[in-house]
Amino acid sequence: MAGEDERGAGSAAAAPAPDPAAGALLALNNVEVIYDEVILVLRGLSLHVGEGEVVALLGSNGAGKSTTLKAISGLLPSENGEITDGEIAYAGRRIDHLDAAGIVRLGICQVMEGRRVFEHLTVEENLRAGAYTRRGDGLLADDLELVFGYFPPLAGRRRADAGYLSGGEQQMLAMGRALIARPKLLMLDEPSLGLAPKLVAEIFGIIRRLNEELGTTILVVEQNARLALEIADRAYVMENGRIVLDGPAAELAQNPDVQEFYLGLTETGERKSYRDVKHYKRRKRWL
Amino acid sequence: MATFVQLTVTGLSNGAILALAALGFVLIYKSSSVINFAQGQFLLIGAYVVWALTVEAKLHWAVAVLGAVLVAIALGIVVERLILRPLVGQPIISVIMVTIGLSQVLGALVLIIWGTTPRAFPEFIPSSSVDLLGAQVGASRLWALGLVAVALVAFALFFTRSRHGIAMRAVADDQQAALAMGISVRRVFALAWALAGVSAVVGGVLLANLVGVSGEISGFGLLVFPVVILGGLDSVLGAVVGGALIGLLTAYTGGYVGGGLETVIPYVALVLILLVKPYGLFGQVRIERV
Ligand SMILES: Nc1ncnc2c1ncn2[C@@H]1O[C@H](COP(=O)(O)OP(=O)(O)OP(=O)(O)O)[C@@H](O)[C@H]1O
Ligand SMILES: [Mg+2]
Repeated sequence: MAGEDERGAGSAAAAPAPDPAAGALLALNNVEVIYDEVILVLRGLSLHVGEGEVVALLGSNGAGKSTTLKAISGLLPSENGEITDGEIAYAGRRIDHLDAAGIVRLGICQVMEGRRVFEHLTVEENLRAGAYTRRGDGLLADDLELVFGYFPPLAGRRRADAGYLSGGEQQMLAMGRALIARPKLLMLDEPSLGLAPKLVAEIFGIIRRLNEELGTTILVVEQNARLALEIADRAYVMENGRIVLDGPAAELAQNPDVQEFYLGLTETGERKSYRDVKHYKRRKRWL
Repeated sequence: MATFVQLTVTGLSNGAILALAALGFVLIYKSSSVINFAQGQFLLIGAYVVWALTVEAKLHWAVAVLGAVLVAIALGIVVERLILRPLVGQPIISVIMVTIGLSQVLGALVLIIWGTTPRAFPEFIPSSSVDLLGAQVGASRLWALGLVAVALVAFALFFTRSRHGIAMRAVADDQQAALAMGISVRRVFALAWALAGVSAVVGGVLLANLVGVSGEISGFGLLVFPVVILGGLDSVLGAVVGGALIGLLTAYTGGYVGGGLETVIPYVALVLILLVKPYGLFGQVRIERV
């Protein structure tokens, strides 16, 4: 609380304009991240996520999207990364000095890129591992039902080793494992990675439902900019460790730069031919 | 036939104790990738502490075993926190050297406190013989087998049913993903060392009950290496199967061939396994994620 007041007072003194991040559930302010003590990856990144929002974070490969999520969830130390400047506040409280376990307990949960299910544990054991920070086993049965309600294919595979699930099922399990921790803020890192288009649409539908039915706030990093902008309320575009563009998702989808670089559309709104977009291929994996 | 039954019981009971000691080793390796060369000394300390508490302090053996378990848990946690935690991220060879050093220090400590004279272990399991398929076998061996079976079932239940057991396996599977679920990896490491200590105390006590209390126990503890290499460094099932196989191999070689070959045969097996199946019977070939 003290941190919130100080920050509010400070920005008020510097600029009288209302701070859009004030009162946000999550706010990153000028965050700088360095890996291995020399590799500067985030260069003063600021963004915020309001309670109940779905926010998309877009950007090319290596822009620092995953790093941003890891900075929030406290996973940087496990990769020899460090927040060297700026601050991260959650519900008005500084969290950049907390460890990953402390951050999960506050209600923030990250689904990492590449699914990362516990392959040698069964589906149910994966979910139990997800409920680690919660006690009271009475709740667990209800919570398992909740997860199976959102991800029906998992119900039939409760006793199967997660390593034997299909890619789509693994993505569902990774999301279910996070859901069972009942986070207030769910962060998803490229949930569509390597999945067939039909499954991707299904996964994004579920993300939207989690937000609408459970009130879960969502921050999603995505290569598939089109889908992300469809389900998001707001979006940020990052390049080189900084936010370069932000706004309501619908507005960003109309932005000519975004259309050109991230959606592969021409000025007239038609899809470009492969020959035309190939030029950007090296930078934009999702084209 | 009688000899065969006797040798089989001897081999299986020794193997069961080895399996228990190997289990502790595997727990530590699986969760934190540390190769604990001091596991044999953990057995030794378990045996001596129980001996001291029963014979010298005149406590009931059940109290003594409980006391030794507490000592082992404390020792495991202290070693993890003071010696291994500062080494996180250091090259694997440093960690190996440190646990070898630790094994020497612990062995010397036992010598300093209790000397070199072998001691008889207080009898808390009947030492009578039982008739099994026409062969006379020591009741204490059957007890050892039974107790190890109970301990292994308890461990299995812990790993599949309890919150902390599942968390340990999650950490072994994908440490960073476990961190992301709020699992405290440090607590899991400490728990692995504590459980390794417990399995060593139980193993050490059962072994001392069979062969007496002496430095020989840590020599027996060295057999953990052929066991885990055979079973696979990171496989709990492998520890059990490897223990039984090495126990039987040693017993049969001693009984049918003799001439001291039984003391080298486990290490011959170790070399052969490394040549043909370097990850052991049940070990995972690690696939590195990039
Ligand atoms: N553990 C690490 N150690 C050193 N450098 C790293 C580490 N992780 C990421 N980086 C570097 O930081 C930069 C940003 O990486 P990050 O994974 O955050 O990008 P991203 O936007 O998620 O990219 P992608 O779309 O490919 O997932 C890259 O240049 C990468 O090489
Ligand atoms: Mg990424």
